[in-house]
Amino acid sequence: MSDHAATHDHDDHASHDPAEIDRHVRVYIMVFVALMVLTIVTVAVSRFHLSVPVAVSVALLVATVKGGLVACYFMHLISEKKLILAVLGLTAAFFVVLLALPVLTHSNGFWIPQPAPAQTDAEHK
Amino acid sequence: MDIPYTVAVRRDTGLNNGKIGIWLFLASEVMLFGALFASYILIRTGSPNWPRGDTVLDYRLATFNTIVLITSSVTMVMAWASLMRRKFGTFRIYMAATVLLGGVFLVVKYFEYSHHLHLGEYPSHSNFFAIYYTLTGLHMLHVFGGMVVNAYFWGPGAKLWEKNPVWFTNRVEHSGLFWHFVDLVWIFLFPTLYLL
Amino acid sequence: MAFPKINMASYWCLFLGGCTMLGSFLVPGGAAQSGWTSYAPLSVIAGTGQTWWLIGMIFLITSSLLGAVNFLTTTIQLRAKGLTFMRFPFFVWSQFVTSFLLLLAFPPLEAAGVMQLMDRVAGTSFFLPSGLVVSGQVLANAGGGNAVLWQHLFWFLAHPEVYVLILPAMGIVAEIIANNTRKPLWGYRSMVYALIFLGFMSFIVWAHHMFMTGMGTTMAAFFQTTTMIISIPSVVILTALIVSLWGGSIRFNTPMLFAVSFLPMFGIGGLTGLPLGLNISDIPLHDTYYVIAHFHYVVAPGTIFALFAGIYYWYPKATGRKMSETLGKIHWIGSLVCMNVVFMPMFIVGLAGVSRRLFDAGSGYDFAQGTMHWNAVSSWGAWIMGLFQIPFIFNFFYSIRNGEKAEGNVWQATTIEWSAPSPPPHGNFAIPPQAYRGPYEYSVPGSDKDFTPQFEA
Repeated sequence: MSDHAATHDHDDHASHDPAEIDRHVRVYIMVFVALMVLTIVTVAVSRFHLSVPVAVSVALLVATVKGGLVACYFMHLISEKKLILAVLGLTAAFFVVLLALPVLTHSNGFWIPQPAPAQTDAEHK
Repeated sequence: MDIPYTVAVRRDTGLNNGKIGIWLFLASEVMLFGALFASYILIRTGSPNWPRGDTVLDYRLATFNTIVLITSSVTMVMAWASLMRRKFGTFRIYMAATVLLGGVFLVVKYFEYSHHLHLGEYPSHSNFFAIYYTLTGLHMLHVFGGMVVNAYFWGPGAKLWEKNPVWFTNRVEHSGLFWHFVDLVWIFLFPTLYLL
Repeated sequence: MAFPKINMASYWCLFLGGCTMLGSFLVPGGAAQSGWTSYAPLSVIAGTGQTWWLIGMIFLITSSLLGAVNFLTTTIQLRAKGLTFMRFPFFVWSQFVTSFLLLLAFPPLEAAGVMQLMDRVAGTSFFLPSGLVVSGQVLANAGGGNAVLWQHLFWFLAHPEVYVLILPAMGIVAEIIANNTRKPLWGYRSMVYALIFLGFMSFIVWAHHMFMTGMGTTMAAFFQTTTMIISIPSVVILTALIVSLWGGSIRFNTPMLFAVSFLPMFGIGGLTGLPLGLNISDIPLHDTYYVIAHFHYVVAPGTIFALFAGIYYWYPKATGRKMSETLGKIHWIGSLVCMNVVFMPMFIVGLAGVSRRLFDAGSGYDFAQGTMHWNAVSSWGAWIMGLFQIPFIFNFFYSIRNGEKAEGNVWQATTIEWSAPSPPPHGNFAIPPQAYRGPYEYSVPGSDKDFTPQFEA
């Protein structure tokens, strides 16, 4: 019951074998570069002022790739245990439900059209 | 009685308690920000004239902040990797960098907010600003919270390294997971609010 | 628990939340009065008490989230040796699924609470539509908000919340039935799978609370379908509990009386939910007394009876003494009869079309006149039910010193908590317990006792 774990117990995915950690660090640097590039890409694409559906799709795609890199490599999800992945899978499913269903419900209904707000969202005094 | 699996992993799950705990907490955070994103979607699609983010907000400042936060994520994971290599000095440098970069993020946000408030763009000004302040404000609180925990591990908490280096390394890893999550949220927040 | 300090933090958040909620009765304008559902825009323009309600909710939600993380981690990591998932007592399973519901469903309400606070305090219009007129004046706010957004975020939590209310209750009833029939639960595996399925489905039914908001037929059909599907696991669990009684050697002690009466009461509550879950029949029934009757049947003679059963059952474990059986039986019969006297007439009143939340119970409406007298019946039932709680309260406090002394395993139960002393000392168990078999090995053929505890080698 001692908390002083035998050294081989504490982590499977990154043991303190120096070569292994060096490999991980190389990956971190590569991911960092990728994230920088993708940041520039997403800002550059936004300058083209594409139509809203296209702009949203591209931006979300890039963000998902970036987020995926952070999750898989910085947060080590790529080598994480099944239990954690299962919890996150469940969470992802409910996340999608939460984002999609209200707007789907709203677009399929008989809502009284709103008058334009007192002051448009774009104005500032 | 010692609590088992605080440091050692349990064989059938392959995990220690803290790793499970932090991921469960992050799952709840996904739902928290998810609700705000869902609100953003509903309010924006219901609005007759929603401005494009870069016409109202300064996307260049936000791009800089994005780079700052991503860099801080790298320094965070390097801090943990240093501990795995048993290099405590290097850990301190990377951890300090992480906290400082977090501070830079907050300073930039301070300038952003004060610019808008100066122009009279309060949360009550429009729903764009309402959701902008709420999303970035909640995110900011998380940045600040993460900084506090990281500063603790850089400072007073580092004493644990002497007594139980494995436990300390794990705790830094778990704090790192929270920090990466904060970065992850920003990766989605940034295009949503500033570019689209 | 895996995280003792988080356990403590969870308690103190609850305490602060409770103080905030109770304190709200004392603010100018009084406590929150927009219903537990706090629908916008009324809740946004309501008095100060509503702000306190929102702050209180933030504390309470945080408390629940911390607790959920703790329960889940503890259940996964700190199970006794030999205690595999399929050897869990059903109550442990129900708490486990409940914790997942809390973890993933509460945060959207926390976000919504913050947004409503912003609307009230910072002048935002998340939930306020444009051109809202209050007391003859147009509200001077930006507008453009969506009152139904509040409903989506609220019910995203509040539907899983009702399963949070019933799942632990089902767990308690399952333990007590197994123990007092002296036989294993029938259909344990099916019950566990039903529980997991129920937990999952509970996240995709929420808009059945919103059928009257103007949604179109496609989405209404979607939510109606998922709602009908979710009734299946509930029926599986209830049926398994009922079948578990068959062939049992039933002991009618107080916990068992409450547990057994839970079954038909929850049955009535659950079945009367079906017309509410179907969107067509919900149209005349929404927001009437029928709804009040339905949910009270599930929560009052449902959950509360299960909680009473649990108190009588585990009181000896916590205190080392039993509560009085006589007083318990008086408490039981009075509560059971009165619950039905209070709530059964409400189905009739609701079917006649009387709305809920009317200050005069509908006395101003013609169609309500035929059922007005039932209100008096319900009131009588309520007051008398209150009187029948007195033996319980007295029993609870009196038995701490004067109850019959209860040795370790007073109910001859099989589950691990009964291997600890009663009351348990710090650390609960003298040596870490171990599980050698399933949780309900009662009346094992060839055994000299009618129960073989899970923790005995």
